[in-house]
Amino acid sequence: MVDQNTDVIQGTLDLLILKTLSLEPMHGFGMARRVEQVSRGVFKVNPGSLLTALQRLERAGWLDSEWRNTENSRRAKFYNLTRAGRKQLEIEEAEWNRRASAVARLLRQEA
Amino acid sequence: MSIWRQVTRGLRGLLQANRQDQEIGDEVRHYFEEATEAYRARGLSEEEARRAARLELGNPSTAEEQVRAYGWENAVRTFSSDLRFGARQLRRNPSFTAISVITLALGIGASTAIFSAINPILFKPLPYPDPGRVLMIWNSWQGARSEIAYGTWLELSQRSHSFEATAFFEPWQPAITGGAEPRRLEGQSVSAGFFHVLGVAPLIGRDFRASDERPNRPKVVILSDRLWRQFFGADPAVIGRAVKLDGDSYTVIAVMPGAFDDVLSPSAELWTPDQYDSSQTTREFNSWEWGNHLRMVGRVRPGVSRNDAAQELAGVARSPWPQFPRPRWASLDQGLIVDSLQDDIAHTVRPAMLAVFGAVMIVLTIACVNVTNLLLARSAQRAGEFAVRGALGASRGRITRQLVTESLFLTCLGGTLGIAAALAGVRAIVALSPPELPRLDAIRFDTASFLFASVLITIVGLVAGTIPALHISRNELQSRLQRASRRIASGHLWTRRLLVVAEFALALVLLVSAGLLLRSMQRLLAVDPGFSPSQMLTVQVVTSGHQFDETPANPAGADRRRRFFEQALDAVRHVPGVESAAFTSLLPLSDDPPVVGQYGAQFDDQDSQSGYNVFRYAVSPGYCQTMRIPLVAGRLLDERDTADAPQAALISESLARRHFGNRNPIGSRLHVGPRNRPWYTVVGIVGDVKQTSLSIDQEDAVYLSTRQTWFADDTLSFVIRARGNATALVPDVKSAVWSVDKDQPIVRILTMDRMVAITEAQRRFVLILFEAFGIVALVLAGVGLYGVLAGSISERIHEIGVRMAMGATRGHILTMALRDGMRLTALGIGIGACAALAASRGIVSLLFGTSALDLLSWVGVLAVLAFVSVLACWVPAWRAANVDPSTTLRSE
Repeated sequence: MVDQNTDVIQGTLDLLILKTLSLEPMHGFGMARRVEQVSRGVFKVNPGSLLTALQRLERAGWLDSEWRNTENSRRAKFYNLTRAGRKQLEIEEAEWNRRASAVARLLRQEA
Repeated sequence: MSIWRQVTRGLRGLLQANRQDQEIGDEVRHYFEEATEAYRARGLSEEEARRAARLELGNPSTAEEQVRAYGWENAVRTFSSDLRFGARQLRRNPSFTAISVITLALGIGASTAIFSAINPILFKPLPYPDPGRVLMIWNSWQGARSEIAYGTWLELSQRSHSFEATAFFEPWQPAITGGAEPRRLEGQSVSAGFFHVLGVAPLIGRDFRASDERPNRPKVVILSDRLWRQFFGADPAVIGRAVKLDGDSYTVIAVMPGAFDDVLSPSAELWTPDQYDSSQTTREFNSWEWGNHLRMVGRVRPGVSRNDAAQELAGVARSPWPQFPRPRWASLDQGLIVDSLQDDIAHTVRPAMLAVFGAVMIVLTIACVNVTNLLLARSAQRAGEFAVRGALGASRGRITRQLVTESLFLTCLGGTLGIAAALAGVRAIVALSPPELPRLDAIRFDTASFLFASVLITIVGLVAGTIPALHISRNELQSRLQRASRRIASGHLWTRRLLVVAEFALALVLLVSAGLLLRSMQRLLAVDPGFSPSQMLTVQVVTSGHQFDETPANPAGADRRRRFFEQALDAVRHVPGVESAAFTSLLPLSDDPPVVGQYGAQFDDQDSQSGYNVFRYAVSPGYCQTMRIPLVAGRLLDERDTADAPQAALISESLARRHFGNRNPIGSRLHVGPRNRPWYTVVGIVGDVKQTSLSIDQEDAVYLSTRQTWFADDTLSFVIRARGNATALVPDVKSAVWSVDKDQPIVRILTMDRMVAITEAQRRFVLILFEAFGIVALVLAGVGLYGVLAGSISERIHEIGVRMAMGATRGHILTMALRDGMRLTALGIGIGACAALAASRGIVSLLFGTSALDLLSWVGVLAVLAFVSVLACWVPAWRAANVDPSTTLRSE
């Protein structure tokens, strides 16, 4: 395992969760798997951090949750995005893009 | 929105803790099941899949803990479980809990009570608007505050520009007559601007006007709320009504609000304008306008500081103007003293209050140290418990939090009890307080006291809990587990030893201070007052009524007054049990304002600008005999010294020495008071008498016969020497005075012994507090030493067993244990001695005739400390000496 790639960049976990949930409601493990797959293994999510983040986002009013059965008929807690959560996703996406492009500009200049 | 959600979710988390835990557990379990499932799908066996998931994701219960730790409700939950655990711990150790709680209650209770007493006096702003702008202005006489004359006030108030308003005031004690017993009221005679300077206005009616203070205007009076309710049933129609005071008719013009607190005369119940004649100040200096008997208060303009005002007034004092002539006794050549009103009313008690506060802080520190010591000992006993918790995954922070929660809980218990003690303590302070303590009405347990106690509780709880916790962090939790079963880390003991040393050092500081104060008190009471106070009763009588006023319409007024007093004296002399009796205008060691009795004296060989300030005693024949004031030379005053006889005077030994040295003063002539009167001839010299206090050498005095004074005093004190018990004479003496005139109020009846005690009440008050605190400190230090030694012995019991098995005798062991304890005591005493020397500077103004190095105090205190420490060491040492080596060694 490559250590420096296992952790999600500080502060981006919320954005990743919101983005992932914007596609469909999902449970915790599903989200972790999706993030890993889409990022091609760059991001690995720690279950403790992920579930704590979910609590926090739910308390902030951006997520809703309900217990229902999965396709292999296990009971799981599914999260989905609320309207406030969608708005927050837009804000965080824009913010991320702003920063990323700023960093990119700086790197270009350096070269 | 989100705050609301935080609160509701958090509350739900608290109320449905089990359900939420369950849910989090389910979610985490599901997460791991899915992960295992994913591995299994790749073809791993059930067992391997589970291992792989664990390897990748870590421990599920750690993840669960992490999720559970989210949210504010979690902190509450931890806290309440810590608290429950702490309470259980305390309940399991009732003796530890009781000792700690009582110790803390003593420390917190005593310091809160003392704080409640000093806060209104020294710190809390006075109950007036902009109280910082109110200043007191005094004449300075030999560096001390001294009253001013009307003429001085007139000059200062007209020449200075720093003040918005200034006023003067003096005591006024009119009698309301006509009732069953004539009653004297406490009041103040003030200038018209008095209430304006304080910044208060009457509740109903009008304030004084400038016209009220002109001579011969109709007399007016303002009542206090209390007097209004007592005498006039709170009737608003009292305004405009006439009241008879001292036989004069006064019109009530206003009532002050109930909340008005007159800090300048706390017991004042009525106020009247003084009617001085400003036209008198430029003529001869023999009028009342030039008597130094007024106090001056002023309100500076906004933006003018105390310093500005003081400098301006100092300039005025330095440069007299011809239109404001000044007599010798009001020359202002020693400058003026300007102080804020708050500091001024507190200046006599400030050193004592600060010393007492320092003492109570030492007691608090010792109490805190003791409880820390107990907590340290307990955390040593609990080392095993902490090690187990550490091994189970509790972090250092978690254990620290547990310890601090426990000690905070303990201090809260102690503090609550302490606050209850403070409530009683404040009442005791008020009851014990010396008469000069200002703002007595404002001394109570208030919000500030509560805040003070709360802050103390928090600080003590945090400190006492953190110190044991620091030890735990220092010694690794794991390594402790290995040793916990056998030995206790010695780091604890070192800290505990240091704390005991600190306790002894602090106790020494307190005890030495208490010892020095005690010695001062002894020295003071050994001072010869110059007369014999035992078996003496004093009765102060004030004449009241117009028949005594010397006016053109009533030329015999003064004679009538003299006759009343002489007849009353005659009646008193006939009371059975009275050995002898006399009267005097000024009673030594009484609370008579000394200024009223002080006059300028000038011998015939002195020019008009020199002279002495002397106490003037107008006395009846037989005064010196009754008081037992010794005659040094010449003769005493007697029946020969009538109004028509040559004017005779006695002078005190100190005045004779000061002016005449070795020459014989008998036959020399002097003026006392006004110089436009015949000379007095010195006929005798009598011993010196302490007038204001046993500790003050200010004894120049002149004795005149009441028949030969230039005015008839309206207030005289009878001094009565009893054959037996002086107190038993009270009813007969009262009726004897009233048999002459039932309308004359008796103001004060006290035995002379009691009067002397009251003079030194402030010292006694401080001494009582220091003694009480010293004893508490001593007991706490002894208990602390005992605790540490007992702990150390029980820890070394194995070693002692080995020593005894190797041939050490009981004597050896006893000496070893005692030496251990005495070493701590000696170290504490050494450090404490230096601290006590430094601290004794703080109480130097409270000492009398005692140096900070007073041998007896030091030896006594050291002996007491040594005794207590031997006592505290003996019990554990004895136990050590009686160890049975076979038992201890077998138990290994």
